Amino acid sequence: MTTESGRRPRGGGPIFNRWALLAVPPIAFLLAFFVIPLIVVSLRSVTDFPKPTADTLANYARFFASAANLRVLGNTFWIAALSTVVCLALGYPYAYLMSIVRPRLAGLLLIAVLLPFWSSLLVRTYAWQVILRDTGIINTFLLDARVIEEPIPLIRTTLGVMLGMSQILLPFMVLPIYAVMRRIDPEYTRAAANLGAPPFAAFRRVFLPLSLPGVLAGCLLVFVLALGFYITPALLGSPKDTMISQFIASAVQQRLDWGIGSTMAVILMGVTLAVLLIASRFVRLRDAFGSLEEA
Amino acid sequence: MADSWRQPRRLLLLGLGGLTVFFLMVPTLVVVPMSFTASNALTFPPEGLSLRWYEKMLTDRQWSTGFVNSAQVAIVTAVASTILGTLAALGTVRGRFPGRNATQALILSPLIVPVIIIAIGMFSVFVRWKVAGSLPGLVLAHTALAVPFVVVNVAASLRTVDRNLELAAQSLGASPVRTFRRITLPLILPGVLAGGLFAFITSWDEVVVSIFLTSARFRTLPVEMWEQVRQVVDPTVAAVATTLLVVTTTVLLLAFVVRRQAPAR
Repeated sequence: MTTESGRRPRGGGPIFNRWALLAVPPIAFLLAFFVIPLIVVSLRSVTDFPKPTADTLANYARFFASAANLRVLGNTFWIAALSTVVCLALGYPYAYLMSIVRPRLAGLLLIAVLLPFWSSLLVRTYAWQVILRDTGIINTFLLDARVIEEPIPLIRTTLGVMLGMSQILLPFMVLPIYAVMRRIDPEYTRAAANLGAPPFAAFRRVFLPLSLPGVLAGCLLVFVLALGFYITPALLGSPKDTMISQFIASAVQQRLDWGIGSTMAVILMGVTLAVLLIASRFVRLRDAFGSLEEA
Repeated sequence: MADSWRQPRRLLLLGLGGLTVFFLMVPTLVVVPMSFTASNALTFPPEGLSLRWYEKMLTDRQWSTGFVNSAQVAIVTAVASTILGTLAALGTVRGRFPGRNATQALILSPLIVPVIIIAIGMFSVFVRWKVAGSLPGLVLAHTALAVPFVVVNVAASLRTVDRNLELAAQSLGASPVRTFRRITLPLILPGVLAGGLFAFITSWDEVVVSIFLTSARFRTLPVEMWEQVRQVVDPTVAAVATTLLVVTTTVLLLAFVVRRQAPAR
């Protein structure tokens, strides 16, 4: 502390030191190439209109007047919620297993999560397509074995989207839960057992409540990330499974309707922020994002 | 604690874990053997073995230029985001300034903002700045997306640095710059290099922003794959997918090894 320059107000650390200057170039970079684009999108939602209008909120009125748009928004929530449930069901036992096995095995289980975490989302979605489509691995196998007469619909179904999305999002559930579980002192459950609790009761009454912050953090991450999925529902889902990102892309790319595209983008951004804001009352966001340092 | 678990329950948990590992890894890996098929259709198991689809990938101009473009963008992005990310980590971990928490949130926000919003935002701005559809534009975009990964890695190794070593160097007369170069930088180097490798992967695999910021004249490998996946069912796509996977996995393992070199925590 003594070497750090900077005035030191009474009773606290310095309010400013020279290290802070190093953050200037990256902040400037992000403001120019990340924040400005986001601001421009927000502005376009109140300035770009297909027909001239005096009503600045015309695009929002247009969005909420269409039943199809609301259906897509509702569907986005539904798919995100389903993915969260599936990831929790698979991720909790997995993280628990990681926390009780020997360190070497835990390390291998961690790598099994990290390898897919880092591999291309497009490649993984493509692989599901190869497996699930009518001429894909599963249908070809079942047809050859004469179990079925006609290909069963796997691709272009909600099931297909769920398989792809929960596989891609699972690491975001496992990592925060595992990070919290690892910090739980095994003495607690041992104490419960010594006091006569049967193993499952010790788990349910002691370990499970202690692991809840990780569960909440994992659910938050998976839900928020799922809201913005584009590639996977586009390749594995039916039109019925359309998510809002796909709507935004097609508005901008095919219909060249920047007004409605940017309006939907603002709504998606607003929903994401609202979820984070509400969740921050129950979840330490640090639990959620800090655990990704593991990755 | 594990011993207090009755055996069947533990076995059940292990079985579930095994299935989860299967679910995470195996579906993706099916494309690898399929890419070596000798037939014109993607079948599993592959019919015959051949490298013809790899040959097609390398000789077809669209695929091969996509490969070169991707590699160039990823390398430049890795360098740029390593520099910016390291500065950001030093500034926010060591720095004291009002709004530090907000800055940390800003730096990590590219991880959480839905990527489609980033994509259309960058597209509409970059078109006006005349950098859309070109290498510099894509590098700028990918760098913004990759900086958080560098920051996270460098910040983690920075927190393990023993400040007494720096104080010792300075009390022995080393200037702050010299202290940084001779003491701090070597100590955080594993984090910096690992961050750079993660930045490379981020760029190498990026699709959504790239779809908007590339043009028919300048495409990366994942964008080319995205275009083809929806039209053709040619095993070349499987060869491309395998290539993407192999590069990512190699760089990733390298990053893990590099990070292991970190001084004992």
